[in-house]
Amino acid sequence: MKQAVLSFLRGGGSALPGYRLALGGTLLWTGFFIVLPLCALIIRPWQDGVGAMVAATHDTRMFAALWTSFSSAFVAALLNVPLGLLLAWALVRGDLPGRKVADALIDLPLALPTAVSGITLATLYGPQGWLGAPLAKLGLVLAYSRTGIVLALMFVGLPFVVRTVEPVLKNLPRDMEEAAVLLGARPWQVVTRVVIAPLLPALVTGFGLAFARGVGEYGSVIFIAGNQPFKSEIAPLLIVVRLQEFDYAGATAIALILLLTSLLALVLVSLVRRRLSVWGEQR
Amino acid sequence: MRKYSLWVLTWGLIVLVLLMPPAVVVAEALKNGLAPALASLSDPDGLAAIWLTLEVTVVSVVANTIFGVLAAWVLTKYRFPGRSALLVLVELPLSISPVVSGLVWLLLFGAQGWWGPALEQAGIHIAFAVPGIMLATIFVTLPYVVRTLVPLMEQQGRDAEEAAMLAGAGFWNILWRVTLPGARVALFSGILLTTARAMGEFGAVSVVSGHIPGMTETMPLHIESLYNGYQTVAAFSMAALLAGMAMMAVLLRSAPEWLARWREKQA
Repeated sequence: MKQAVLSFLRGGGSALPGYRLALGGTLLWTGFFIVLPLCALIIRPWQDGVGAMVAATHDTRMFAALWTSFSSAFVAALLNVPLGLLLAWALVRGDLPGRKVADALIDLPLALPTAVSGITLATLYGPQGWLGAPLAKLGLVLAYSRTGIVLALMFVGLPFVVRTVEPVLKNLPRDMEEAAVLLGARPWQVVTRVVIAPLLPALVTGFGLAFARGVGEYGSVIFIAGNQPFKSEIAPLLIVVRLQEFDYAGATAIALILLLTSLLALVLVSLVRRRLSVWGEQR
Repeated sequence: MRKYSLWVLTWGLIVLVLLMPPAVVVAEALKNGLAPALASLSDPDGLAAIWLTLEVTVVSVVANTIFGVLAAWVLTKYRFPGRSALLVLVELPLSISPVVSGLVWLLLFGAQGWWGPALEQAGIHIAFAVPGIMLATIFVTLPYVVRTLVPLMEQQGRDAEEAAMLAGAGFWNILWRVTLPGARVALFSGILLTTARAMGEFGAVSVVSGHIPGMTETMPLHIESLYNGYQTVAAFSMAALLAGMAMMAVLLRSAPEWLARWREKQA
């Protein structure tokens, strides 16, 4: 114990100057900007009394909103797995014409400010939109419903899957698939055993990152969601609604649940990834 | 044959999912021609929003760059107990919902927050004012510089720094003359990512801003109120400007690469 403290104070034996200054600055900064807000988030709801907190968690509208957020994020992340795999495959192995342009476009959802994605997707899939109008004629209504939420979350989450699969795919030897074919594997066996199996950890990670992002997503969703309580109201929006009603306990209860879920998702993903990484070439 | 169907499928997906949204932004902004789009940008509330966004972006970028360099230095040049916990802590804002990132500042500085009432009495306004917007934006963009610097500086090790130290250089000299020149490209990339994210932050800022047009509305918030007020052309013009700025920042990250290639051609 004493040794750990000494090592912490001295920078673990490195003789480079500036350790205490840089560590002090870092601790002050993370203390004020990260630890303090998180403490407030964890402690503040209980200050209105345990009763208020218990009441806040007995809110059916909150459960509906959480369910909407979780289920939509789950479905969107799941749908993004095959799409992301396809895009990563085409980029790495497909000799895709215009590969560089395609590659730059993959990051677009990350670069586009969420409010811009929000109003744009609502317009695009809305009843008069380029995609919304023809689909509405076919009887498919996309905007202002759960479907709209899933579409927006798919847009936002797609880069996460592509970008986690791509580097792993690049490192896979190309001739493995040929070897499998020569050894008499059927096409579906090649896909499931030789292609998907080594990519599984990356696919799970991509899924988890997209899910964690989707659960908390706000700006790109609220314009297309419809925002009807119990139907198409996402949890982050309900936090905003509760704050407008000055119900801090209610808002913070939802915030805590969201925070814990996305952290849990990330921890689970790293556990699953470790179990699945047959090839040991993960970070 | 199979190859062509893969190409068609991929490009179809890219056009449909990724290329359509920016096309919609431009098409909606220019629906009535260029003049109304430009006019809507120079409206006083619009100009105030652009100005506020620039202010908040500069403050967050400067603050997080200074902190990011210090944190990356500590995290890569020393091995101390608690190092990995610090690394996790610094990346935490990435996995927090934007709305929650705004909410935490209200819990501290809001009317019902821990210090809000006392500060309010002293005449210091943080929640529903510009300082709150800055706090929320700094929180959201805190990880980017550290995240881009750490892997590179880790890889560089500390031999050069130790040599400089033995030659008698102090901390600032080593940081400024030895470490940072080697990490220039990564630092540049981290700063640009911070910039892009700071300009576009919506959820966190929306919670702490109070939405006062001309006062506490940043560009994303102004886009929201224009859109909800059915001023579609104005909303999409502002959106086109904001998206253009953010995408420019993201694309500029490859500038050092272009420059190096251009120099190679010249030589």
